[in-house]
Amino acid sequence: MRPFIFERATSPESAIAAFHADRATSFLAGGTTLLDLMKLDVVRPERVIDINALGANEIEISEDRLRLGASVRMADAEAQEELRRRVPMLTQSLALAASTQLRHMATLAGNVLQRTRCPYFRDVSWSACNKRLPGSGCAAMAGFNRQHAVLGASDACIATYPSDFAQALIALDATVDVVGRRGRRQLPFAKLHVPPGRTPEVETTLAPDELILGFEMPIEPWMSRSLYLKIRDRDSYEFALASAAVALEVDGGAVRQARIALGGVAAVPWRAREAEQALIGRVLDEASCQLAADIAFAKAQPREHNAYKPLLGRQTVARALLQAAAMEA
Amino acid sequence: MKRPPTSQPTTSSGATAREDGVFNRRHFLVGTATSAVLPLSFGTTGVREAVTDAALPTQVPSSSVALLVNGRTHRLILDNRTTLLDALREHLALTGTKKGCDHGQCGACTVHLDGEPILSCLTLVASVEGRAVTTIEGLAQADGALHPVQQAFIDHDAFQCGYCTPGQIMSAVACVEGDRAGSDAEIREYMSGNLCRCAAYPNIVAAIRAAKTEVRS
Repeated sequence: MRPFIFERATSPESAIAAFHADRATSFLAGGTTLLDLMKLDVVRPERVIDINALGANEIEISEDRLRLGASVRMADAEAQEELRRRVPMLTQSLALAASTQLRHMATLAGNVLQRTRCPYFRDVSWSACNKRLPGSGCAAMAGFNRQHAVLGASDACIATYPSDFAQALIALDATVDVVGRRGRRQLPFAKLHVPPGRTPEVETTLAPDELILGFEMPIEPWMSRSLYLKIRDRDSYEFALASAAVALEVDGGAVRQARIALGGVAAVPWRAREAEQALIGRVLDEASCQLAADIAFAKAQPREHNAYKPLLGRQTVARALLQAAAMEA
Repeated sequence: MKRPPTSQPTTSSGATAREDGVFNRRHFLVGTATSAVLPLSFGTTGVREAVTDAALPTQVPSSSVALLVNGRTHRLILDNRTTLLDALREHLALTGTKKGCDHGQCGACTVHLDGEPILSCLTLVASVEGRAVTTIEGLAQADGALHPVQQAFIDHDAFQCGYCTPGQIMSAVACVEGDRAGSDAEIREYMSGNLCRCAAYPNIVAAIRAAKTEVRS
C-alpha cells in the first residue's frame, strides 16, 4: 500500500472542506472496498478522509416514505423488523450479500459505490483494463468472462456491477441525497450510475468532492409483495451470477404495477422497464412471467464464457415473479 | 503488501507474554517479532523502507492513535497504512488474531468492534480510535475461565490446525450473543464469512449449538 495522509471529518461540511482537488482523495467509510483495492494497488489515494464520524446513520420510516442514512451499516438496515415486513426485497438484498463481518462494516452508500469484481480490474498485473487504465483495452473481452455482464456493457468494458442492494433501490424508485462544494442536490438513483460506454472509468455522476448523505423512497402497502432472489455458485457469501428484485401490485388477480431489477448480469444497476410494462393487466402465471423474463433479456449480448447468463437470468426473473405472485400481500 | 514500518507503543508494553516466566514456542515467536521493533523518537516512524525504496518519502505519514483493546488503552504512533490487524499483531503482540488472506475474504482476522464482528485486515487502525476492540485474548475471564464458546470449541473438537479458530470463535460469540443461532441453517449462514481449510464445519456448528444452550442457562 502506498503512503497517504489521513484525516477525520466530523460533519459533511468538514469532509468536503478537507477534499483537495489537486490530490487523489478517497473518502473512507466501511473500507471494505477501498482498503482491499488499496492493498491491490488498484486505488492509490494520496489523502484518505475518514467519514465514519459524520453522522448520516439514521433510518426513518413513516407511513409512506423511507429514508436510509448513507452511513447506516448493512447489518443495521437488514435487522429492521418493520422494513423486513413492509419492503422484504430491500432487507433481503442486504442479508443475502457478503458475510456477517462485511455487513457490520459496510455502509449503504459504500455498498452502491463498490467497484466491480472483474478480475482484470482487480489485478494490476493485467495491462489491459479500460476502467483502471483508460484506453488500455479490455482483457476480459477475450479472457475468462464467465461472471461478466450481458446487459448495458460496451466494447470498452463488460465488467459486472456487483451490488445487490442497488437493485432494490432502483426497483423502488429511490432518490439519492448528495452534498458537495456546490451545495446539496437530489437525483434519481437510476441516474447515479452511468453505463461504461467509451469511458468505463467514469462510473457515477457524482463529482469527486460529492458525498452521498442518504437514500429516500416512497413505500406503498403493495411493496410487502416483493422479494430478492439471488442465484450464485454457492449458497452464501458470494456475488450473484443472476438475481432479481421484484415487487408486484396485484388487483383482482391482474397486475396493476410491477417492478423488476436485475443483478449480476448488467454493467450498472438495471431496471427491466419493458418487462414490467408487459405484465400490466395480466394474470401472473408461467406464461406471463416467462414472457416478461424473455423481454428482460431480449437485448442480452453474451460472450464466450457467460453465454449461460441470458437463460439463467430469464429463469431467475420468472421464478422471482412466480414466488412474489404466491406471496400474501 | 509492504510490511508497515514499526513504531514503539509510547505507553503500555506489548511484552506481556513472558510475565509468567515460562518460555515456550509461542513466547519465542512473540519475542522474536517484538525484538525487531526499532525504538523511534516521537513524531516519526520507521524509515527503514526508504533505504531500499527511493520512491518513499523520508517521513511516512503517520497518526497518533488511542487504541482501546480488551479494556486497555494503548497510545501508538503508527504509519497511516497500518491496519487494525497489523497493529494488534505487530505492535501490541496480540498474535491470537490471525492474518489469512489479508483481503477480507477468509475471516481469520475477525475481532469485535463495539461488540460487533468485523474484519481487522480491512480496517485502518486510525479509523477506530476510541472504539472498543475485543480480540480472542479478551474473551476469557481474569481467572482464566474460558468463554462458553471457547469451551464448546474444545468440547466438540471444532478445529484441526487451529489457524482459523480465533476468527471462528469471535464470529461464534457474536452469533450466540446476538441470538442468531436459532437453527443449524441460521448458524451456517451467520458463520459463512469464516473459512476453515480443514473443513471442521460440522463440529463448529455443533459447538455453537451447544454454546447457545450454555450462554442461555
